[in-house]
Amino acid sequence: MAAEPIVVVRDLSKIYRQGDINVVALDHVSLDITAGEFVVLMGPSGSGKSTLLHIIAGIDRPTSGSAKVQGIDIAQLDESQLADWRNQNVGFVFQSFNLIPVLTAAENVELPLLLTDLNGRERRKQVQTALELVGLADRGHHRPDQMSGGQQQRVAIARALVTDPALIVADEPTGNLDAKSAGDVLAILRSLTLTAGKTVVMVTHDPKSAAYGSRSLHLEKGEIAA
Amino acid sequence: MALPLRYNFRNVLVRWRTTLFTILGIAAVVAVFVLLRGMARGIERSSGNTGDPRNILVVRKGSQAESGSLVTREQFRTLQYLDGIAKDERGEPVISAELVMIVSAPRRAGAGEANTLLRGVTAGGMELRPQVTLKEGRWFVPGKREVVVAQRLASRFAGFEIGGTIKAGPDRLTVVGHFDGTGSAFDSEAWMDADEARSIFDRDMYSSVLLRPRDEAALTNLVARIQADKRLSLRAEREVDYYSKQTMTAVPIKYLAGMLGVAMSIGAVFAAMNTMYASVAARTREIGTLRVLGFSRAAIVVCFLVEGSFLAMLGGILGSALAWGVYAFVVVRGINFGTMDFQSFAETVFQFRVTPDLMLLGVLFSVAIGLAGSLFPALRAARLPVISALRSL
Repeated sequence: MAAEPIVVVRDLSKIYRQGDINVVALDHVSLDITAGEFVVLMGPSGSGKSTLLHIIAGIDRPTSGSAKVQGIDIAQLDESQLADWRNQNVGFVFQSFNLIPVLTAAENVELPLLLTDLNGRERRKQVQTALELVGLADRGHHRPDQMSGGQQQRVAIARALVTDPALIVADEPTGNLDAKSAGDVLAILRSLTLTAGKTVVMVTHDPKSAAYGSRSLHLEKGEIAA
Repeated sequence: MALPLRYNFRNVLVRWRTTLFTILGIAAVVAVFVLLRGMARGIERSSGNTGDPRNILVVRKGSQAESGSLVTREQFRTLQYLDGIAKDERGEPVISAELVMIVSAPRRAGAGEANTLLRGVTAGGMELRPQVTLKEGRWFVPGKREVVVAQRLASRFAGFEIGGTIKAGPDRLTVVGHFDGTGSAFDSEAWMDADEARSIFDRDMYSSVLLRPRDEAALTNLVARIQADKRLSLRAEREVDYYSKQTMTAVPIKYLAGMLGVAMSIGAVFAAMNTMYASVAARTREIGTLRVLGFSRAAIVVCFLVEGSFLAMLGGILGSALAWGVYAFVVVRGINFGTMDFQSFAETVFQFRVTPDLMLLGVLFSVAIGLAGSLFPALRAARLPVISALRSL
């Protein structure tokens, strides 16, 4: 199968300045991710895996090199274009779920759709579909504090899916979950790649979680280990 | 597209403990603002509600108020025979030369003395003012040192009850009746016979002349003629126009409302700012998440401006309602307020008015406080770097 790469990273470097010291978070990283892959980024703290994820997802910018997602060099987009691009092309899943506490599950899932041209009825239909996909169709009117951690993370996945993005990025999505809930969440992410053709890039420390991926990459000191 | 309003409403309500004191503070500011504006409105209404549009009031050229005007008897005689003045059933011109004097009287409850306007009127003058009606007692009898005072004024001065006496020059006048000026400037006056007043105060001249032209055309002609006559050197205008210009009394209260409004709103702005900064700090990760989902910096600014305005608006609604409650209490209890007229230095009685438009103004004022208070917190929220915001606990 010679699928087109959805993510093409070339010679990517990211250097942070901490006082007088330059900290190299990513050091000339190159990487291709094919559509439908479930890529797991692993490595010790400070290895640069989260930085790589953030740059691919368009929430951080490289110091040098390029990161093309679906052919678009996202480092060239300005702040506003990048916000639109993220809304249309990337779904985010965070370790702490990052749901808005005052909104219900359905309202949280609807948030990214508010930036689209869909009308209220179309938005509600898509929200319902996304909640059904994560098995929470009947919990739409519950607020996050009325749900378990596993359920909250499934709501977050529904929010990541609702705009039908090609790429889903997940930063330690099981870090705050018990083993059972973690298994459920990872199974959903894997099924998204297998049945819906989504590309998932996930950062994790946990080898058990990494086992759900189709490919694992290890980062060490800002470089992809062979 | 902006964030849904329910997001802002719920955030304000969810943090009700921290926002309550800000809301109460803004409510107090708005209540005071609306009440002071209501006082100015009451005074303006009292002036604007005075007079008959068919009448002409004549005062000395250059004088701002009747109390500072002098009209000689010769001038009065000239006016009396001008063509165009309506005639009564006896064929006499409907015209009244009046004397307006200031007398000092003790306030009720030993609150010192204050000036009040004493108007010497003629029978014609009373006919020219149908909005003034007798409520209690009887009208004065000329020559008997009698006076009739406005009912509202009587509630504020000692000795203004029927049977009481008022010191006027070397004499004392007995109060024989109370009249109702129906919310006009006459509610701040005491009336007696004009000639008797001139005799008591040893005045040869009058203060003003009130006359009724035959019709509208005659009114226009008479005003033009009196104004143009250099020998007379008098100022003539419609009685209602004269009184509607006598709103100077409201000016200090308006200034006070403005100054207090500005001073207190600065405090309220800081209170709102403090609350909104706390809200931004507590929601840093939430803001980062919204930015990641695609909401622009502008959407975040608008979001916090809306939230600050909503918070302040709750205070505004509460403050306006509070002001209205005070107004309703004052109306039910029939309480009158008084202030000094800065032209005559006499007590002006009025009833303050809290109207729906003033309440709306109070709410808009609160929204302005909210916008000013949330601007910097909103900008801070929008400038948060996305990644560090996401990492915030």
